[in-house]
This record gives sequence, structure tokens and C-alpha cells, in this order.
Amino acid sequence: MWAFINKLRSPRWFYAISARLQPYFWVAATALILVGTVWGLAFAPADYQQGNSFRIIYVHVPAAFLAQSIFVSMAVAAVVFMVWKIKIADMAAAVMAPLGAAMTFIALFSGAVWGVPTWGTWWMWDARLTSMLILLFLYFGVIALRGAFASRDSGSRAASVLAMVGVINIPIIKYSVEWWHTLHQPATFTVTGRVAMPLEMWAPLLLMVLGFYSFFIALTLMRTRNEILRRESRKRWVRDLAGGEH
Amino acid sequence: MQHAERLAVTEPRGGLGVALAATLRRDLMLLMRRRSEVMNPLVFFALVITLFPLGISPDAELLAIVAPGLLWVAALLATLLSLDSLFRADFEDGCLEQMLLAPQPLALMVMAKVAVHWLLTGLPLALMAPLLGITLSLPAGSYGILSLSLALGTASLSLIGAIGAALTVGLARGGVLLSLLVLPLYVPVLIFGTGAVQAALLGDALAAHLAILGALLAGALMLAPWAIAASLRISING
Repeated sequence: MWAFINKLRSPRWFYAISARLQPYFWVAATALILVGTVWGLAFAPADYQQGNSFRIIYVHVPAAFLAQSIFVSMAVAAVVFMVWKIKIADMAAAVMAPLGAAMTFIALFSGAVWGVPTWGTWWMWDARLTSMLILLFLYFGVIALRGAFASRDSGSRAASVLAMVGVINIPIIKYSVEWWHTLHQPATFTVTGRVAMPLEMWAPLLLMVLGFYSFFIALTLMRTRNEILRRESRKRWVRDLAGGEH
Repeated sequence: MQHAERLAVTEPRGGLGVALAATLRRDLMLLMRRRSEVMNPLVFFALVITLFPLGISPDAELLAIVAPGLLWVAALLATLLSLDSLFRADFEDGCLEQMLLAPQPLALMVMAKVAVHWLLTGLPLALMAPLLGITLSLPAGSYGILSLSLALGTASLSLIGAIGAALTVGLARGGVLLSLLVLPLYVPVLIFGTGAVQAALLGDALAAHLAILGALLAGALMLAPWAIAASLRISING
């Protein structure tokens, strides 16, 4: 166990092992998303109430899942970095943040587009929309704080603290926003009103969710590898690598 | 023997209690000498509240509906405004480094600073809010709750905000960043703070809202000091 953790400390080892893992996740992501998209958009039956507009779910739900999962994984990486000083964890956290913000934006945007045919408006101060918007601001805060420091190490540690503070607050914000929503305005339309999807509808959704997660893992591996090369560019093994390939 | 004696000389006298009292007294005294810094958030609070009737409508009925939210948001922004100076002066003259070096735990010493911040920002805001409530024709019967919810809420705001202030104290232009970091975290306090005032207006049970405000404060009291201390270490060593 400890040998494994010690190995994880070595960027060089991670660089080698991720090169072997990466293709599997790319293949899985491409296959799952392709099949899920074609199945969901062309073959899944139309919703009896919402018609074809419900198909936005195949982008919206996976993106919303990822938006929240990425923040949690970022915070876990931050804890690992702060406690065990494993630099790879910080590199992963650094490359995850923009992807998480992008996913939050996609979830918000697809939700807004979906809102037009179903609610008749682009935006509603719905509990979920609002907590997603706040999540987007939390991502912006983490990204901006990391960039604000002159020294990279300080930026890393500050962003880690903020990610940890944020992840403790996310459930509190989520539940208080839900309470606020029931307090201020009765829910006119809720997404949860749609219950018990038939198999033909949720199977492609499941594929899409799995595909999005594979994509997240593959992209994080790839970008962490780039980050390793960037940060370790003065190290001997990186120079050898660059020299060997040229 | 001689060695032990020499150690005894450098050992802190009186321990934690003395250090906390000294920090409290020092910070209170420093702020009382810079009265404008204490007055600024209050003036800002009054000014922002003055802008709302100008921007929305002088209609008393309309203002009464939005008053709890306006008062809370304005008080929240006034707290935010005062955060930047929480650690700034101590950071610049090196006092923070001394606090870091002191044998007393930084997390507790920081609590004394945050307590002073609340005493001279949050509490005055809470006491001033009913006065501004009158100008917004906030219905009678909710003034006590307005003050109480603000007093409870601003304590959480000071604690949470201090994390952001500690993270940005080493940055030259931390002000805008500070609001980006802190405002999303203020959402729950705002929701339950205005919720309490509105419950009082509607005659609903408000104990639940106040209890949650208290719970948020308890949670912040427990966790925020560690985050503040860690952030200060990062800002000073970085």
C-alpha cells in the first residue's frame, strides 16, 4: 500500500502508467458517447409530454453529474496534496478546475435551452439552476485564486484550501437554496416531476453518463501529463524524453 | 539547571488566556483609533439603502415587501467591504508573522481578531439596521428579529469572510478576488437571515430560521479558524 502511494509521488511513474491507461478511457469515452448520442437522439422514443425537446437530457444530465463530481474530486485531490504533499494530486486538481467550470456552464446552458420549450423562459430562479450558478462561481473563484499568486506553490495551496472550504459548503448551499425555493415561490415546474422513464429512454442516458465520466478521466490524464511535462521541464527525465523523441 | 532557567525566561507568561486577551485589547484599541475604518461600513450600509428607494420606487408598500432582503444584502456587502482590512495592516507591518511564530495556536489567536471584526462591524450593522428599516417602512414587530438575525448572521459572515481575507491578504489587488471567493459562501446565511425576518413579518414560526443561523455559526466557529490559519500561513510564506 505504502509502496504504491510512494510510487504515486513520482511524476515520472505517473507519466508512464497514465500513457498506458489513457487509450482505454479515450476508446470507452468515444464509443459510449457515440452510441449514446445516436441511440438517444435517433432511436429513443419521444417524450409524450415534451416531445423531442426532452432529448436535451442526454447532454444536460451527464454534464450536471460531472459538474458536481469534478468539484468533489478536485477537493479530494486538494486534501491528498495538502496532507501527503503529492504534487500529482495538485496537478490533477489544477487541470480539473477548468473542465468542471466548462461542465457547469454546459449544464446551465443546456438547461436554459431546455427551459424555453418546457417552461417558456430561458431562466428561472429554480433551486437547481441557482445552486448550479453558485457552483460555477465557486469554480471561477478556485481558478482565479490559483492564478493570482506569483509563486505557483502558494497558488496551489491556496486553491486547495478554497476547494476544501467549497466542498464543505456545497451541500449546505444546495440544501439552503432548495429550502429558499420552497420558501419564496412554490415550484411551478420541476424536473423531478418526470418519473419512471422507460428503459429505451434511460439506457442511452446511462451510456452518456458513463461516456462523460470516461471522457473526464481520459482528459484529466492527458492534461495532467501535459502539466507534468510543463512543471518538470527542467528535470532530467523530461529532457531525455524530449531529446529522445526529436 | 541553568539551561532550564534560560528556557523559563523565554517561555510565554500566562499562556493562552493572556495572549487572547492581549490580542483582543490590541485590535480593539487599534480600530478605535482608526474610527473612520469602523464608520465606513456603516456609512456604506446607509448609503446603499438610500439608493434602493431611488432606484426602485418610493412606494412604501413595495419597499416594505423587499425591505428584509435589501437590508440583508446591503449589510452583507458592507461586511464584505470591511474584510479587506481585516489582516492587511498586520500583514504589512509584520505583526502577522509574529502571530505565526508565537507559541499559541494561530487558529485561536485568529478567533480574537475575527471577534473584534464582528464587534466593530457586524454588531453595529445589526444595531443600525432597524433605523434603516424604518426608512424602508419595514412593518413594526420585525425590528428585533432583524437585529437578532443580523447579529447572528454577521458573526458567520465575519468568520467565513476571514478565510477569503486570509487567502488574499498577500495579493496586491485582492479586493475583487475576495468578493468572488466569499460571496458564493455567503448564500446560506443570506437565505436564512432574510427567511427569519420574513417569517416574523408573516407571523410564521421563526425559531427554525434562527436555529439554522445558529447552527451555521456553530459550524463556522468550528471549521473556519483552521482554514483561516492555514490560509494565513500560505499567504505569509508565499
